Amino acid sequence: MSASAHNVPAEFPIPVDPLPVDSRFPTRTGSRGSKLGPVSVDRPARAVSPEIPKVGLSELCLSYGAQSGERLLALDHINLEVRAGEFVCVVGPSGCGKSTLLHLIAGLHPQTSGQILVDGKPVQGPGTDRIMIFQEHGLFPWLTVGQNVEFGMKMKGVPKAERVEKTRYYLRLVHLAKFEKSYIHQLSGGMRQRVAIARALATEPDVLLMDEPFAALDAQTRDLLHDELERIWSDTGRTILFVTHNVREAIRLGDRVVLLTFRPGRVKSEFPVELPRPRHLEDPAVARAAREILDELRDEINRSLEVEYSEGVKPRIEPGANGGKRGGARI
Amino acid sequence: MKRAARYIIFYAALSGLWTLLAELKIWPPYLFPTPWGVGEALYAGFADHTYWIAIRVSMQRVLIGYGISVVLGMVLGLGVASNKFLEDTMGGLLVSLQSLPSICWWPLALLWFGLNQNAILFVVIMGSLLSVTLAMEDGRKQMPKIFGQAGRNLGAKGFKLFWYVLLPASLPFIVSGLKQGWAFAWRSLITAEMLYLSLGLGQVLMMGRDLNDMSAVIAVMILIIALGYVVDGVVFKGMERRLQNKWGLTPAT
Repeated sequence: MSASAHNVPAEFPIPVDPLPVDSRFPTRTGSRGSKLGPVSVDRPARAVSPEIPKVGLSELCLSYGAQSGERLLALDHINLEVRAGEFVCVVGPSGCGKSTLLHLIAGLHPQTSGQILVDGKPVQGPGTDRIMIFQEHGLFPWLTVGQNVEFGMKMKGVPKAERVEKTRYYLRLVHLAKFEKSYIHQLSGGMRQRVAIARALATEPDVLLMDEPFAALDAQTRDLLHDELERIWSDTGRTILFVTHNVREAIRLGDRVVLLTFRPGRVKSEFPVELPRPRHLEDPAVARAAREILDELRDEINRSLEVEYSEGVKPRIEPGANGGKRGGARI
Repeated sequence: MKRAARYIIFYAALSGLWTLLAELKIWPPYLFPTPWGVGEALYAGFADHTYWIAIRVSMQRVLIGYGISVVLGMVLGLGVASNKFLEDTMGGLLVSLQSLPSICWWPLALLWFGLNQNAILFVVIMGSLLSVTLAMEDGRKQMPKIFGQAGRNLGAKGFKLFWYVLLPASLPFIVSGLKQGWAFAWRSLITAEMLYLSLGLGQVLMMGRDLNDMSAVIAVMILIIALGYVVDGVVFKGMERRLQNKWGLTPAT
């Protein structure tokens, strides 16, 4: 569980194997997809060609015109490779452009320069192979839970019978089968995020882009959703890019944690996480791994504070404040 | 129950006052009719099918005119809301045009279309188009951005994005504008119909005046109010209630 920082990972600690996903997690028995019924569900092929990453970002830049007329650089030459089936967490202080990064990969916003490759092909606009899960869930309040899950398939032109079947399947996967006919406002925050996950999975994307999906939830709900997300990930074998400001959450979930710098966003360092799964937020090992990342993150947070408080008082986060565990990063 | 009682008392008092004034005979009955005189006029109008025909003709016109306004207004509003150039140029024009009473288009409409149904439709459209356009523009701006992003992300684009995402997402913000557009369409229609032999309710109203028959005039006025009220109460109230239930805009009871 050495969490040593290295900038360009020559190799990953994750075995890039063609094994079925399930066998990697012997502790999680009994939660197989087969339990959910005989629906045929697409499973992305894992590591078809080990040389081509699932998502590859090279020299990715984004700048935009500020009100003062000057160009502001939001993302600065981002290089990142995500392998098929990998769970990568991106952390950084607020304002580092980590959400923007996901919007770019989702194709919702064009980059200024550089390349985004998915399966070796450049991204041009949105595509259902990359589905985003937003912090504010983004579910459609005028549709029922079932219709929300069905939406992506309907846009793709999937036949009605298949849509109904798959909607049921994915609602069962997130334990919300009973709420198919409910409207979104009738659900709790945690249930809404689960619907968002089901809706994203129902379009059978290869890549899930998750933008602080659990940040607005209470601690218990978040813990539950961590377990569920990990189970779904291991059951379905999707590639996940997960943005968060919470370092411990990143270590709890990720195979690898990528730290971005504050404005402009650059990849500062990458930390492979080799702790055995399932992990828990409260594990001392998770806390220890988090501390190292937090030390680096703290510098960035201090930089962001200096910029934001450039006139007047400059608060600083001291290393070791609050026992070194809960620095500025709200763990 | 209590509300119904209040209604009954209020309207009983109102017609009592009306009867009293009519019975005092301050004005001759052909200028100030009694409630039952109006009742008889209503009965006679429906019995000889005049009112049925007038209602059908008027409703048909307002539905066509308002329908065109809604479609055009949504396209225009969406265009103005999503294009900076259009917003800067057309936005102000639209707001200033709204201060123009729609009947001011009547002379133009007469010259362009001649004395026929199309001229009336034109006035109706001009009456309600602006409300719908401004409402749609506003609704599109107020609508949370995330719906459009989520829709595009899930593979909706072009017309599908508009129809399945942008339109339903902005509906709660435009429903009051649609309602206002309807009210303007209805008023413009009656006004235009009063100006020409049109078979609609407006003409029947003027017929009452020409025959010096105030009972008939008031009867038609009641019809116009009732139809406007029914559409508002049934169509728009129903739409608002459905939206509230789906979106959870009011606490569920």
